[in-house]
Amino acid sequence: MSPSPTAAPAIELIGIDKKFGAVHANRNINLTVAKGSIHGIIGENGAGKSTLMSILYGFYQADAGAIRINGQDTVIHDSQAAISAGIGMVHQHFMLVENFSVLENVVLGVEGGALLGRGVSDARSALKRLEADYGLEVDPDAIIEELPVGLQQRVEILKALYRGAEILILDEPTGVLTPAEADHLFRILGVLRDQGKTIVLITHKLREIMAITDTVSVMRRGEMVATRRTAETTVEELAELMVGRRVLLRVEKGPASPGEVVLSVRNLTVKDGRGVVMVDDVSFDVRAGEVVGIAGVAGNGQSELLEAITGIRKPVSGEIMIHGQPVAGFDAARLRALGLGHIPEDRHHMGLVLGFEESENSVLGYHRDGRYGRGPLLDLDACRDDAKAKIEKYDIRPPNCRLKTANFSGGNQQKIVVAREIERDPSLLVVGQPTRGVDIGAIEFIHRRLIAMRDAGKAVLLVSVELDEIRSLSDRILVMFAGHVVGEKTPDTGEQTLGLMMAGIAA
Amino acid sequence: MENLDLISILGSTIRLSIPLIFTALAGLFTERAGVFDIGLEGKMLFSAFAAAVAAFMTGSPWLGLLAGITVSVLISLIHGFASITNRGNQIVSGVAINFLASGLTAVLGQAWFSQGGRTPPLAASARFTEIVFPYAAELREMGFFGRFYANVISGHNILTYLAFLAVPAAWWVLYRTRFGLRLRAVGENPGAVDTAGISVTWLRYRATICAGILCGCAGTYLSIAQSAGFVKDMSAGKGYIALAALIFAKWRPVPVMLACLLFGFLDAFANFMQGKSVPGIGEVPVQIFQALPYVLTCVLLAGFIGVARPPKAGGVPYVKER
Repeated sequence: MSPSPTAAPAIELIGIDKKFGAVHANRNINLTVAKGSIHGIIGENGAGKSTLMSILYGFYQADAGAIRINGQDTVIHDSQAAISAGIGMVHQHFMLVENFSVLENVVLGVEGGALLGRGVSDARSALKRLEADYGLEVDPDAIIEELPVGLQQRVEILKALYRGAEILILDEPTGVLTPAEADHLFRILGVLRDQGKTIVLITHKLREIMAITDTVSVMRRGEMVATRRTAETTVEELAELMVGRRVLLRVEKGPASPGEVVLSVRNLTVKDGRGVVMVDDVSFDVRAGEVVGIAGVAGNGQSELLEAITGIRKPVSGEIMIHGQPVAGFDAARLRALGLGHIPEDRHHMGLVLGFEESENSVLGYHRDGRYGRGPLLDLDACRDDAKAKIEKYDIRPPNCRLKTANFSGGNQQKIVVAREIERDPSLLVVGQPTRGVDIGAIEFIHRRLIAMRDAGKAVLLVSVELDEIRSLSDRILVMFAGHVVGEKTPDTGEQTLGLMMAGIAA
Repeated sequence: MENLDLISILGSTIRLSIPLIFTALAGLFTERAGVFDIGLEGKMLFSAFAAAVAAFMTGSPWLGLLAGITVSVLISLIHGFASITNRGNQIVSGVAINFLASGLTAVLGQAWFSQGGRTPPLAASARFTEIVFPYAAELREMGFFGRFYANVISGHNILTYLAFLAVPAAWWVLYRTRFGLRLRAVGENPGAVDTAGISVTWLRYRATICAGILCGCAGTYLSIAQSAGFVKDMSAGKGYIALAALIFAKWRPVPVMLACLLFGFLDAFANFMQGKSVPGIGEVPVQIFQALPYVLTCVLLAGFIGVARPPKAGGVPYVKER
């Protein structure tokens, strides 16, 4: 820190410009962040937030522009230079060595000499001090891969502080955290700010911006479109700035008119790959024309429940019926023939083959259908025409069905999956985390599609860890905790009540 | 079994284990840094050839060792250039090195010396010869421990002792130095190293250079310590056995040594059983015993060692994510 009590801003970015080939990731960005504040940077996926922060951290070089830290012109040509300028970064995907101890991760790169002995014992006492100053408790000898994600993130913060960071950049820090862990993180960030640290928070979650930041900047397509004091703006305004048009944050829907039972689950018990019971004696129905939402903190059996219903995992006991027909143990192909559509929780792992063309993914799972070919041969023209129609209808960008799927953004990849499953017109649609890692414009679109399915008289089962999503889409909410359905609530139930049920405290 | 001569088997176990220990430690350095090193075999063969040629030309085993190490380091740098700088496939690069070594050493040997790919036999002064410890001759007759001292502890060449010193040295470097910490980190998560402001490329190059030096010692041992000259394909798959030992030892230095000694012992046992009969069975074809190390490799790698978790970033060239 500079000894003079000047009020120079902690960070000034002036005219930052960066191109990756044809992609203009950052266009003439100006940004000022005051010392001792929490500044949010919000924008859709691909808006250039991460690129900008990577330039500040020396991971990339800007093509043009200047950086001033505490009023001083600073050239940041690599991460080492950023670290010595007092900048620390907590990456979205943690930069930790998983089989190292906390201590080893903290000293990596600042070992204090060619031999480890002294540096490591210095770090041990430094960690104790940081723990006392900021309430960042973690066992220095614990192995990273044995720690829960929230603690791993704390190690990342400790790493930055140990290197003397006065400016801390956090890239999408809550993406992997449970709501309770996220709250804890925000408390820690508050303490850090009160002790004079400057914090930059990158996120696409509006709620986090409103909850924790002092000022906020909005990025859209590589440009900085606005900066506001958080107290003087609203969620609606920020959403509009992000997307460039008005966005409906609340899904508009009429009352449901449930018909006959489509999916019926009775006393279902499912074990995971390790043989642990993850779903324990669960029963519920989903009727035509309603959305049933399953709320819960990740890892309480929702994934295994979805896998059992969609034929990916065999249940241990219990009954699953679709239109009254017992289907437990059927494979995915037979279930699809019965009218099941499945939007899986993890599009990269289950929903798509990223190395395939868009048109191939858009028929995947239905490729044996007579429409797409005869016998062992695929009719590629038919596949592509079909894909083009979906691209048009679902506004998938870029509109090129021959492009490799990996080259689409998260939101557009998810639209490929949604289009494939919904256009088959299933009578039962099972949906897992439909908007995970999806930007706000695409979220709105997907939500409207799901409600349209409901209104068309389809049964929809929705699993999501986003409580807002569950509450705005569902007609009935089931809460799962430790493999059990611990209660059923209406969508107007308060967030706090549901949160307590999700934590297993109230029923 | 008549005369199961444990002492002489142990003595030859040591001799047969040395190239494995050097080579497996070489692999330890590269693979812990996240670079697969299937080319250990080729590096060993190249350095065996270079050492034999240099020792023959100069008459000095030390210059032979220097040549062996130099050539092996150069080959390592080629592997590094292909797989670190140009992000090529590490397996393909390694296999190419093995083929190149097998062919080029034989061709050059034939072109230079016209002895069917061999190098001319070396005089004793151009080789690393046995070092006899004090009182070895006297103790030889003094019961089991005396013979153990004389045949197993004493009577090896300097590279043998160097190999056993290299084991704790490798451990110390990996676990007690800054270089070792960073090397282990770069094999697990190069991103963590990069964001800590350390060059991933330079770190991985240094690891391959370490491997080159160790492989050079292994090759030199083969041609001018264990033998008196280079013979075509004299590494005979030891590079692969060393890789198996490395996996068996889960990429840790001391278990690497023990695994190599085990493989060496099986080899020595096979030699010993040549032409001897097994009680109750009679004479067994020697091939059965010779196959033992390979059978053991298959059995061990098929999962009898529990989960061998390789370095996480192994085989993956590092690219900054966009």
